[in-house]
Amino acid sequence: MQFRFELEGGNFSKAGYASSQIKKVLKQLSVDPRVIKRVVVALYEAEVNVVAHAWRGTVQADIDADKIGLLLQDEGPGIPDIDQAMQEGYSTASPAVREMGFGAGMGLPNMKKNVDELTIESKVGKGTTVRMLTYFAMKNN
Amino acid sequence: MKVSDLVRELGLTVFCGEAGLAVEISGGYTSDLLSDVMGHMEEGMLWITMQTHQNILAVATLKDAAAVLIVNGAVPDEETLAKGKEEDVPLLGTTLSAFEANGRIYQLLHKA
Repeated sequence: MQFRFELEGGNFSKAGYASSQIKKVLKQLSVDPRVIKRVVVALYEAEVNVVAHAWRGTVQADIDADKIGLLLQDEGPGIPDIDQAMQEGYSTASPAVREMGFGAGMGLPNMKKNVDELTIESKVGKGTTVRMLTYFAMKNN
Repeated sequence: MKVSDLVRELGLTVFCGEAGLAVEISGGYTSDLLSDVMGHMEEGMLWITMQTHQNILAVATLKDAAAVLIVNGAVPDEETLAKGKEEDVPLLGTTLSAFEANGRIYQLLHKA
């Protein structure tokens, strides 16, 4: 099953739409609620990142019997130093975005904590591609 | 304690989301940072904040919050209200500060 959503830079009214649709689908598929919660947190943060930083982007969700893959591709400024961006508390969000309660430097760490695999590729001045993979079977930890 | 009980006890304003007033409150989480709430609030909690823009609805519904309580007499933005009318999660308001609201709600939730 595949779903696609569009994201627009600066348009916060659309941030969270993909997460909410994916949450509904996973619920219908009777995926473990604990897994759904984790996927939703990670996808929401990823959506907000595109809206807060990029010019435009897409979300693609691929749902199989045992896992969900999430692919976010954006056209935007890119991330010069991914290791630095992954640090809790590090943020390059604008003052306007921070005023809304975003930009605490918790987005990427939240994504990492809530998926099984996270890979980020970025080209400065071009854009960023984020891949997240989560298995529906909970690991015993 | 149900959301409606809390509304009555503290004389809260109900801006929208009346359909969710019968939901049981399991606890609370107070924060104005959305990622903090995404990371730490649990299902069924009351979210106490002074944010009023429409993304509070996305966070509250994605996290299955019992309700959102907006403190300091702030009111939801117009878009928040319009969108909130389509959702089941109640948006509540109080003139109390976050500190005062937290103290009273904590006592109410732990007395039962």
